[in-house]
Amino acid sequence: MSGGAHEPAAGLKLYHPPMSLWWWLERRAYFKIVVRELTSLFVGAFAVVTLLQIRAVGDGPEPYAAFAAMLGSPAFITFSVVAFLAVLFHALTWFPLVPTTIVLRVGEQRVPGNIIAGAHFAGWLIVSVVVAYILLRG
Amino acid sequence: MAETLRLEVSRYRPEEDSEPTLQSYDVLLDALNHVKNEIDGSLTFRWSCRMGVCGSCGMMANGEPKLTCAVPLTDYDPAQPIRIEPLQFFPVVRDLVIDMSSFLEKLSNVKPWIIRDDVEATEAVEFKQTPAELDAYKQFSMCINCMLCYSACPVIGLEPEFSGPAAIALAQRYNLDSRDKGKEERMDVLDAHEGLWGCTYFGECTKVCPKNVDPAGAIQLYKMASATDYLKSLLLPWGSK
Amino acid sequence: MATYSCDLLIVGGGGAGLRASIAAAEARPDLDVAVVSKVYPMRSHTVAAEGGAAAVIKDTDSLEAHAYDTVSGADWLCDQDVVEAFVNEAPREMVQLEHWGCPWSREPDGSVAVRPFGGMKVSRTWFAADKTGFHMLHSLFQTSLKYKSVKRYDEWFVTRLLVDDGRCAGVVAVEIATGEIHSIMAKAVILCTGGCGKIFPFTTNANIKNGDGMALAYRAGAPLKDMEFVQYHPTGLPATGILITEATRAEGGWLVNKDGYRYLQDYALGTPEPKPVHRTMELGPRDRLSQAFIKEQERGRTLEGPYGHYVNLDIRHIGEAVIDKKLPFVRELCLKYANLDPVHEVIPVRPVVHYIMGGVHTDIHGATPIAGLYAAGEVACVSLNGANRLGSNSLTECLVFGARAGLAAAEFVDGAAPAGAAIEAQARDEEQRLRALMAKTDGTERIADLRSEMQSTMEESAGIYRAGDTLAAGGETLGRLRQHARHLKLEDRSSTFNTEFISALELDYMLELAEVILRSAVERTESRGAHQRIDFPARDDDKFLAHSLAYRADDGSARIEYLPVTITQWPPGARVYGKQ
Ligand SMILES: Cc1cc2nc3c(=O)[nH]c(=O)nc-3n(C[C@H](O)[C@H](O)[C@H](O)COP(=O)(O)OP(=O)(O)OC[C@H]3O[C@@H](n4cnc5c(N)ncnc54)[C@H](O)[C@@H]3O)c2cc1C
Ligand code: FES
Repeated sequence: MSGGAHEPAAGLKLYHPPMSLWWWLERRAYFKIVVRELTSLFVGAFAVVTLLQIRAVGDGPEPYAAFAAMLGSPAFITFSVVAFLAVLFHALTWFPLVPTTIVLRVGEQRVPGNIIAGAHFAGWLIVSVVVAYILLRG
Repeated sequence: MAETLRLEVSRYRPEEDSEPTLQSYDVLLDALNHVKNEIDGSLTFRWSCRMGVCGSCGMMANGEPKLTCAVPLTDYDPAQPIRIEPLQFFPVVRDLVIDMSSFLEKLSNVKPWIIRDDVEATEAVEFKQTPAELDAYKQFSMCINCMLCYSACPVIGLEPEFSGPAAIALAQRYNLDSRDKGKEERMDVLDAHEGLWGCTYFGECTKVCPKNVDPAGAIQLYKMASATDYLKSLLLPWGSK
Repeated sequence: MATYSCDLLIVGGGGAGLRASIAAAEARPDLDVAVVSKVYPMRSHTVAAEGGAAAVIKDTDSLEAHAYDTVSGADWLCDQDVVEAFVNEAPREMVQLEHWGCPWSREPDGSVAVRPFGGMKVSRTWFAADKTGFHMLHSLFQTSLKYKSVKRYDEWFVTRLLVDDGRCAGVVAVEIATGEIHSIMAKAVILCTGGCGKIFPFTTNANIKNGDGMALAYRAGAPLKDMEFVQYHPTGLPATGILITEATRAEGGWLVNKDGYRYLQDYALGTPEPKPVHRTMELGPRDRLSQAFIKEQERGRTLEGPYGHYVNLDIRHIGEAVIDKKLPFVRELCLKYANLDPVHEVIPVRPVVHYIMGGVHTDIHGATPIAGLYAAGEVACVSLNGANRLGSNSLTECLVFGARAGLAAAEFVDGAAPAGAAIEAQARDEEQRLRALMAKTDGTERIADLRSEMQSTMEESAGIYRAGDTLAAGGETLGRLRQHARHLKLEDRSSTFNTEFISALELDYMLELAEVILRSAVERTESRGAHQRIDFPARDDDKFLAHSLAYRADDGSARIEYLPVTITQWPPGARVYGKQ
C-alpha cells in the first residue's frame, strides 16, 4: 500500500476514461448550461453597448446621433435580436436556480423554492412593464 | 417476475484490456447479482446494504448516475438493453468498480468534524440544539457518499482536483451546525479555485442525488458567504470577521 | 508478501471499530493505530440501523430500570456486572457522540428527544429520525478523520489472525484492489467485524455480514459464546428482508393478522390500547413477537403472499406529519422496495433474521482468552444481550464496549513482547494457502449454490422454533456442504478486485459458523429467549443458566462447554410483559 487509504493502491493499472471535447453535447442538461454560460457574453455585450451609449450622450448631440444611426443599422438590429434571445434564455434558465442560493425562513418553515423563483420572475415582469410604459406612453 | 431483460455491462479487465469492452447478458430482475451468481462469477461491482443507504452501488445506467439498488428495473423499457457502466469521471479499477480514494482525501481536507475547543468543559451534558437549528443543516447531513454527484459534475471530469459536491456539502453541514465553531478554518481550505470556486453551477449534482442533499445549493450558499465576507472586508474598514 | 506494522490493529470500521480507534487515539496519541476494513468504513452495516440507541438521560428514567429491562429481556442469560457497566457508561458515550456532531432528534427546548422501544419500561431510545445508525456511523467516521495517528487500510480483507503461544500479534489480509497478500503485525488486535446474518436466507443484514471475525477468532482458538441465540426481528419486508424498524411500533404502529386483529393480545403480551404502552403488545421483546407470529401462522390467521406468510403492520393512524418527521426512511423504503405508501396502506411484514446475540467470548473489557486479542460490537459476546437483545441496546453497545476495548488494548500494547519468528512463518503459510486457493482451477461447485443451500438449511433447522431431529438433519447437510466447499469453482482469474475470491473466503467462514450455531443449539436442551426447542419447551435454570462456549476441536468440529452467568442484583424470575 502507498501512504494511506486516500490514494489509489500502488500497482493498480487504473483506466482513466478520456473526456471527449464534445462532452457538453452528450447530455441535454450539460448542453443547456454551457449555452447559458455562453449567453453571458451577450449579457456583457448589452452592458457594453449601454455604457457606450451613455458616453455618446455625454459627448454631445452629434456623436449621439451617429451612435443612434449605428444602432438603427440592419446589422445591429440583427445583433440586437440575437442578443435579446440569448439574454432571455439566460434569464429563463437562471431564475429557477436562484432559490438554491437563498435560504429564507418564515418561522420554522423554509420558503419553498418556487416562491422565490416566482418572485424573481414577477420582479422581472414588473420592471419590464414599467420600462415599456415609459417607452411607449409618448 | 420472470420478465426477461437485457443488460449491457461495461467490462474492464486490467490484465487483458486496454479499455472497457461491452458484453451482453439476458437476465432476470435482480440483474447484476444474477449475472454474478449464475452466469459469470468474474463480473465485478461493489454492493452491500441493498437498501440505498450504504452508498456502495453507484453506477451509470443508460448514461445516468444511479444507485443501482434503489432503481427498479421496471423503470426501464424491457425491449431495450440497459447499459451499465462505471461511474464517469473516476478512474476505473475494474469493470464497474471505480477508484474513489481521491474523495476520501477531499473529504478529510474540509475538516468534516465539530471544531470547538470547549468540549472538555461541557463533557457531562449535551449541547442544546433546537429543532430549527437541527433543520438548518440536517439536509446536508444526509449524504451517503455514493459519488453520484461527482459523476454528474463535468467540472470533476475537467478538473479532478475540484473538491466536488459531496465534500463541500459536508463542510457546509458542519458550518451550519449550531454546535460548530470551525467555519473560518474550513473557509481557509475551500475559498480557493479548486475549492468552492471550481463550481460553475451545472446543478446536476443536486438532480442526481438519491438522498435530496442538494449539494449545488450548499455550494452556492457557501459562495455567497465567502463573497459577503470578502465584500465586508473590502468595504468596511473594521473588516468582516 | 509485504509486512506492515502498528501498535494497535482494529479489524472493522463500523460503529464498534471506529469508536475503539478514537478511544485509543485519544488516550494514547503516541500509538500507531490501524483500522482495516473490507469495505470503506462508512459502508459498514451500522449504517443501516434505523430505530435508535438506548441510554438513560431523562429524569423519569433510572439506570436500574435500564438494567432490569436488559436483564429480563435477555431471559437472564446476560452477565449482570456487564449490564451494570453498560447502563452506567451509556449516557456518557451518547453525549460524547452528541459532541461529535451526531444530529440527534430534539425536543422543542433543544434537549435530546427519546422514544419508546421494545421491552423497555421507559422511553430512553435516542434517535436521529429513523436513520440513527447512518448518522452515528458518519459522525464517528468523519470525527475519526481528525486523528492523524489512525491509519486506515480500506478494502483490505483479513483472512487470518496470527497467534503464537497464546498471544495474538497481527493478521494476514488481502488488499482487495490489487489482490496482494500482506501481513500487518500489531501488539494488540481488536475484532469489530460485526454479525453473521448472511448465514440465513432471509435477513436484514447486508451482503458483508458473514461473521468473518467470529470465524477468525474461533480458528485461532478463542471460544464462541451463546451462538445458538439468533434474533429474528418481527418486522421485515417479505421480498427482500429489508427492516421496518421497531420505531414504527414505538410511534404507535399496530401488528394485525388477516382479520385486522391485533393478535399479540393472545400471546401474553398485554391488552391492546390505542396508544403505545411500554413493555406491552407491539412493544414487547422481539423474541416473543417473532414466536407469536409463528403461532399465529399455525392457527391459520396470517396472510399468504408470493414470499410466504405475513401479517400487516399498520401505521396509517399515526398520520403523514409524524411519519415524515420521525419515520421518513420507513416511508422511503416502503415506497421503493414494497411499492406502497404506509401513510395510506398497511405494510406486509414477517420475522427476519436480524442479529446474533452470540459471538467471540470476551470479558467486561473486551478481552478474549487469547492475550492481545480483543473484540467488541456484534462480533463479540460480552454477555450483555443474553438470550435476546433489546432493540436499541446494540448501537450503544458498540460505543460502550468499543471504547472499553480500545482503552484496554491500548494499555496492553505497552507490555507486549515483540512477535517471534513463528508468527512470520504462520504468515507465510497463510500466504501459501491463499495463493493455492486463487490458483485452483479444477473446482466444480458454484459459490452461490452452496451459499443458498446453507442458508435454507439453517432456516429449516435453526429457525424461530427448533427441535433435536431437525437440528441433527441440518448438521448432516452442513457436513456435506463443507465437503463440497473444498471444490469451489472460481471463474475469476484476475487479481484485481476479485470479489469472487472474497466471497469464497466468506462462504468458508459462514459454513464453519453455521455448524457452531447448530452444535450449540443441539446441546442446549431448554427454551430460553430466542432459542426455542419444541422438544424442550421450558427454561431450565438448574442446568442452563450458563453460557455455551464452543471451542474448535482439532478435527474441526465444535466442542461445547458451559460457563455460569454472573448474577449481581436480579435473581432469575419470570419475564412478564403487558400491564403489570
Ligand atoms: C437493518 C438493521 C437495523 C438495526 N437497527 C438497530 C437499531 O435501531 N438500534 C440498535 O441498537 N441496533 C440496531 N441494529 C444492530 C446494530 O446496527 C449492529 O449490531 C451494529 O451496528 C454492529 O456494529 P459493528 O460495529 O459491530 O459491525 P458493522 O457495522 O457490521 O461493521 C463491521 C466492520 O467489520 C469489517 N469487516 C468484517 N469482516 C472483515 C474482514 N474479514 N476483514 C476486514 N474487515 C472486515 C467491515 O468492513 C465493517 O467495517 C440494526 C441492525 C440492522 C441489520
Ligand atoms: S447496496 Fe448499499 S446503497 Fe446500494
